[in-house]
Amino acid sequence: MASNKNEEFESGGGVTNGLTEADLLDMLEKMHLLRSFDERVSERCKRGEIPGLIHLGMGEEAVAVGVSAAIKPNDKMTSTHRAHGHFLAKGGDPKAFMAELYGKQTGCCRGKGGSMHLVDLDCGFLGANGVVGAGLPIAVGAALGQRILGEDFVTVCFFGDGANNQGTFHESLNLATVWNLPVVFVCENNEYGISQSIHAQQKVPHVSDRAASYLLPARIVDGNDVLDVYTAVSEAVAAARSGRGPTLLECKTYRTAGHYEGDDQSYRPKEEVDEWKAKDPIRRLERQLMQEGVLTDDALDEIKARVWKVVEEATEHAINSQYPSADDATNHVFAIAR
Amino acid sequence: MPEMTMAQALNEAHRIAMQEDSRVFAIGEDIGDYGGIYRVTDGLLDEFGKDRVRDTPISEAAIVGSSVGAALVGCRPILEIGFVDFVGTCWDQIINQAAKYRYLSGGKASVPLVMRMACGAGLGYGVHHSQSMEAWFTHTPGIKVVMPAFPDDAKGLLLAAVDDDDPVAFFEHKLLYTFKDTVPEGRYAVPIGKANIRREGRDLTIVCWSRAVHWALVAAEKAAVDGIECEVIDLRTLVPLDEGLIQNSVGRTNRLIVCHEACRTSGFGAEIVSRVVESSFDFLDAPPVRITAPDIPVPNSLPLEKIYLGPENELLDAVRNLTAVHSHKRQH
Repeated sequence: MASNKNEEFESGGGVTNGLTEADLLDMLEKMHLLRSFDERVSERCKRGEIPGLIHLGMGEEAVAVGVSAAIKPNDKMTSTHRAHGHFLAKGGDPKAFMAELYGKQTGCCRGKGGSMHLVDLDCGFLGANGVVGAGLPIAVGAALGQRILGEDFVTVCFFGDGANNQGTFHESLNLATVWNLPVVFVCENNEYGISQSIHAQQKVPHVSDRAASYLLPARIVDGNDVLDVYTAVSEAVAAARSGRGPTLLECKTYRTAGHYEGDDQSYRPKEEVDEWKAKDPIRRLERQLMQEGVLTDDALDEIKARVWKVVEEATEHAINSQYPSADDATNHVFAIAR
Repeated sequence: MPEMTMAQALNEAHRIAMQEDSRVFAIGEDIGDYGGIYRVTDGLLDEFGKDRVRDTPISEAAIVGSSVGAALVGCRPILEIGFVDFVGTCWDQIINQAAKYRYLSGGKASVPLVMRMACGAGLGYGVHHSQSMEAWFTHTPGIKVVMPAFPDDAKGLLLAAVDDDDPVAFFEHKLLYTFKDTVPEGRYAVPIGKANIRREGRDLTIVCWSRAVHWALVAAEKAAVDGIECEVIDLRTLVPLDEGLIQNSVGRTNRLIVCHEACRTSGFGAEIVSRVVESSFDFLDAPPVRITAPDIPVPNSLPLEKIYLGPENELLDAVRNLTAVHSHKRQH
């Protein structure tokens, strides 16, 4: 975390993780930002303003924010089809994000990528991906590039539980370990690959069980506890930076939204969803910080007001931006127009 | 000028590119200690070390995917896939990742990546080690496609491919690795997108690439005995296509044969014929002809493989038949 202004957060015997009060409040604000953006995107999808396939990350904010808090701005990140939270937490510009979803020229990819193909190399966000498991070898390659170029960054690779049955998952874990590359594999295990429970798709109960095949250090993390995520990623990143190679972290979480906007979610009982909503990662951090006296009702209202403003301005920006010109349909296939 | 094989010419291109630019590295199966199954990367490990000459596990998706990732952060990888037939295992990384990055990012991301892949039949290797799959690649916007027929072009095109900011599919015919010819010394680049007239002629144009260029040159030599002068265009690059050179040639010869080793249906020959018909219909004295493999997998048995490689022997007859067709249009 960047902030050094405050004293290190001293909880009453709780986990401090080397974080200041300002760091913790910043994490809370980021989680609110991710949630509010997803709520806004959902609303604008229903209005028909945002087209296409949209995958929301509601309920999974602690993973994106905990990971991003533990890495530096120049560290790299690869993502998945459920990328909004990763992009925003990594430092992607909210206005460019919203404009991209609207397909506008001011989007981070000039409107040509969209929700599943967000890229912002300036903030180290190497890409969302429309293909499950496709980001893993790309992350390994970024780590390989770090080694070859002698630069100072680590790469974090997000993937979902669905990806652990893809060949690229296994090829990537093997290559990362055999070459001891500085990459942190972060699984967001949200229990479902579209409609299928993870337990219907594989015999091993945990994604992290796979790691043993590659002698890859792994651990299970409470993906709804942003501090647990932060601590685990900090350790894994420190290992990667010091030449001790890759780590796999399986963050157990749950998407409380459907797989995509429009999903009827008939494949899972409502009680299960409610059970997980009760474990909401944002409420959890709020409760914790209030108990510790770090957060007050007024401070929370201020956080929500600031977040609302960011979301509102981003939405206005997206709506008021122009669509790309017709030329952009044929531009950017190759580096130089033929 | 020294003589060398195509494998040696490609090796020299690797050395020059890697000496000049520390961002360039080689990656693939058996390319380091073993020197590559075709010896193209021989000696690179000793000269450049293990960091930049990466022997990989048998994991083609990881080879291509990790090259894409390395390219995104500023490297310029040269990867080797020993048989293009294996691209089924890494196709997503090629067509959805490498080929799409520039476009999906609105031009902000580059994947400067050279994918060297051996192709071609003639050695009895059977269905999984003999195909010519260039049309799979030409049908994907975002990938340049290069297929040299001679060692000098192989060297100059590989150097150009490494310099290129886009993914380049670089096809090397297995039977051409040992083909020997003169090759200029030092650095030079053969521009991607420029075809080459390997033999001039007035009577008809043969457009071809890779090993088929050698078939065309033999057929042209034999046809010349009968007084038929073939112009042989070695395409060298399929994407971007040097359409102007083809148009110009057909404008002079008024007859077109496209010859390729790949099978017929949806082969790149169909694309060339279409473009010539669209642009130069009025110049054609006869319908264009495609000489290609039949629509079959490549059989293992040598007599059957010869049937697959029929274009080599069909070309001369096709030249004679096509020049025997009188211009109908001009008589009107």
